[in-house]
Amino acid sequence: MENKASKSRLLLGSVSALALSVSMNVAMAAEDTIKVGILHSLSGTMAISETTLKDTMLMLIEEQNKKGGLLGKQLEPVVVDPASNWPLFAEKARELIEKNKVDAVFGCWTSVSRKSVLPVFEELDSLLFYPVQYEGEESSKNVFYTGAAPNQQAVPAVDYLMNDLGVERWVLAGTDYVYPRTTNKILEAYLKAKGVAPEDIMINYTPFGHADWQSIVSDIKKFGSEGKKTAVVSTINGDANVPFYKELGAQGVSAGDIPVVAFSVGEEELSGIDTAPLVGHLAAWNYFMSVDSDANDGFIDSWHSYIENEERVTNDPMEAHYIGFNMWVEAVKKAGTTEPAAVQDAIVGVAVPNLTGGYSTMMPNHHITKPVLIGEIQDDGQFEVVWETSGTVAGDAWSDYLEGSKDIISDWRAPLSCGNYNTKTGKCSGQNF
Amino acid sequence: MSKPLVRPLPFFALWMLIALLLGLSLQARAAEDETLAQVSALLVQKFDQRARGVALLVEQEHPRTEEILHLLKDGELYYRKDDDRLFIVRSADTGAEALDLLDGSAVIIEKKRDFRKVTLNNLMRGQISQALAELGLKAEDPERRAAAVRELLGALDPDTVAVLRNRIGDEPVTEVRELMAQALAIQDLETGDEAARLQAIERLDGSLEPPVRNALTALLESDAGDQVKRQAQLALNGIDEKIRYYGMLETLYFGISLGSVLVLAGIGLAITFGVMGVINMAHGELIMLGAYTTYVIQQLMPNHIGASILVAIPAAFVVSGLVGIAIERGVIRFLYGRPLETLLATFGISLVLQQAVRSIFSPLNRSVETPDWMSGLVEINPVFSLTLSRLYIILFCLLVFAALVMVLKRTPLGLQVRAVSQNRAMARAMGVRSKWVDALTFGLGSGVAGVAGVALSQLTNVGPNLGQAYIIDSFMVVVFGGVGNLWGTLVAGLSLGVANKVLEPWAGAVLAKILVLVFIILFIQKRPRGLFPQRGRAAEG
Repeated sequence: MENKASKSRLLLGSVSALALSVSMNVAMAAEDTIKVGILHSLSGTMAISETTLKDTMLMLIEEQNKKGGLLGKQLEPVVVDPASNWPLFAEKARELIEKNKVDAVFGCWTSVSRKSVLPVFEELDSLLFYPVQYEGEESSKNVFYTGAAPNQQAVPAVDYLMNDLGVERWVLAGTDYVYPRTTNKILEAYLKAKGVAPEDIMINYTPFGHADWQSIVSDIKKFGSEGKKTAVVSTINGDANVPFYKELGAQGVSAGDIPVVAFSVGEEELSGIDTAPLVGHLAAWNYFMSVDSDANDGFIDSWHSYIENEERVTNDPMEAHYIGFNMWVEAVKKAGTTEPAAVQDAIVGVAVPNLTGGYSTMMPNHHITKPVLIGEIQDDGQFEVVWETSGTVAGDAWSDYLEGSKDIISDWRAPLSCGNYNTKTGKCSGQNF
Repeated sequence: MSKPLVRPLPFFALWMLIALLLGLSLQARAAEDETLAQVSALLVQKFDQRARGVALLVEQEHPRTEEILHLLKDGELYYRKDDDRLFIVRSADTGAEALDLLDGSAVIIEKKRDFRKVTLNNLMRGQISQALAELGLKAEDPERRAAAVRELLGALDPDTVAVLRNRIGDEPVTEVRELMAQALAIQDLETGDEAARLQAIERLDGSLEPPVRNALTALLESDAGDQVKRQAQLALNGIDEKIRYYGMLETLYFGISLGSVLVLAGIGLAITFGVMGVINMAHGELIMLGAYTTYVIQQLMPNHIGASILVAIPAAFVVSGLVGIAIERGVIRFLYGRPLETLLATFGISLVLQQAVRSIFSPLNRSVETPDWMSGLVEINPVFSLTLSRLYIILFCLLVFAALVMVLKRTPLGLQVRAVSQNRAMARAMGVRSKWVDALTFGLGSGVAGVAGVALSQLTNVGPNLGQAYIIDSFMVVVFGGVGNLWGTLVAGLSLGVANKVLEPWAGAVLAKILVLVFIILFIQKRPRGLFPQRGRAAEG
């Protein structure tokens, strides 16, 4: 920690030193670097997840600079702290683009922070790479979604439970905000389309940071003891997971009886939990640290040497940044400039290696292709892959299972250039995202 | 049953051989070794081959089946990556010993990464526990036999039915026999004729095992005769009645346990806010410090997790108490009588403490282990069981409460605290060093908050945000109970806990919380001083 803090201080120091030299030696210095904005909370509630992503970006930029930078220039990270405060995200985004003149921004975690910065990016026509799995139903000209859309995480996970584990009853448990609500709406429609009766679906929402899970776990236990194989699909967010899993363990619900598949629990979250009672519960992601591939081994090694701690884990959003950053680098090379408009055109179709041993491609709807993996929690806090898609799955911005959304497609290539095109009416909604 | 895989001679001759020669053991040994070799070749591959390996092991009734299944279940079976040999590994650290599964020879693990665990997936875990349950029917220990029957309840295949019918006569322990009879009766419900079904219903009447209820429900929807259905409905009604009753008890238990957490979180505040009148927004962070102390103590004594909690209680009291005294001496004493400034200053302190923890321990949550003696269930019957960790926390809460009441009522410090809080000027005139009392009182309240942190570390995240999650609840409990009254805090905490849990099943967790808050707002409108208002001069001040 000490090291990291001093490193980032050093970096900030060098940034301000550079700013000073800019003012003295205007034209020269401005030409020398390409600026990359990093918009992740370093304090407040979301610091728990986002700090790691800031470090990942600094590492990727450092490595790119060692390889000779980009277009013959060095990359220069500009780190700001939006402090888990949603309106502050918009202010900081504006500051990055207008004041610091960054060419691309990597950042945000929660959907609400993304929604808060979206108008800023569209107004100033800059680029945002968003690395976290989200609820879909959005496609902006200025945002590149490198995390999973629901069809790249939630739907395949449900398929696995249904087909491989023979699950017939479903508990959809989530924290009460936009990502779980939308995901559960999609899943409910999907399950009903697959012939699951409404009384076999139980939906439950809890407030942020919910700590007392006794009644809910007891209800789940009862729901699952009625003879049909039951599973819990959890979109419970961050902090509430620990007491939830602890309560499952305390009430003796094992993964063999009622497996829980989670979409927000990764290696990083598990490193704060005593994993013994969780063994066998599942998570669906596009990357696990335990994946056996050369690219992954290399990534883990450089992460450990960068962060100077062998115990630190890697996780899915880190891979998303890895892919997003490399895509941006390739697109800039292809366009020969960092001009956002040119990069937006160049990046569609760019394919870069992901960490699971394949390639990910940027699709015209600004989502990417990724493999879907289901892993079971092991007692060392890692996941063991028990199922994976045979190839990659392309992210679908607009769900095929929701009324009002299934007719909509997104394609940012000319001539359509629309993120919200209704194939039935043949109209672009005009709404930018 | 065991089929030797190498059969050089026809059956008859083989039997002759067995009868005549001592070659018996040799033959069998060779066959066993071959089975084991086949099994181990399968176990080092992918999950579906692994599952076939386990199936083969069980099918061949190999003498080491049970041992190997347990090794797999406990995650102690590893394979060496270069030659796929299986090893028993108790601890996978460099320098530890690995025992060859086949010949028992020991090797030293030189590199952790050379060995990989034979991991399981859920299907295999199910397969293994089913197999172990079937083996467990023959176990010496009656508890294991009971567990085995319970595992098999409602999931009997014809083979196990036969085994059960054989064993039930010889079963010496009544309870296990009873369970076996239940298992067979459930089987009868599903497949038996009219008479067998009626008899089964009679036997199962009042049983709370979930498979019984499911079998009865299934019977109602089947093509059984009217009389059977009537009897089944009656039995089902009886069972549902009992389940409802135990459901109410369970809600009450959940409510009391949530209430005891609220009381623990709020009781320190009842002293600093209630007795001293200081609005301490950093109260939650003092709880957080207690939880982090637990984490540090566990790091210091990793081999004695069970005892670490007991050590952590006084340690957390001292750490939080000292920080509390430092806050009082450093900031709050300059702000007595200025509640708004106190509120802002302590809010600032809470942010400082949070960020300090982020810088020292990282923004990630820390993992605090639950000791063995605190995990598990006290099973009263199949639909009602008490979680042990919660039970301890209820007891702990009552202990802390009793200790605090004793301190305030029976010690010189308590007397001085009450004197200062009732009339500061008069107390000083009587020779009480009021500043010293202020510092100690604040230290006491803070220390109790730290002790609450130890308990919370067993239930929730140990992270920088721990305190924020409890600060609102703490104020709610203290204000509702009546400022300055410990008994009020206890009653308020427990009743809010129970109310929350009663509302939750039909209103949902989100709405239940809102309803409780609305209720408190209305209540405070009506009775601004809470449940047990303080009387006398202090109340007017």
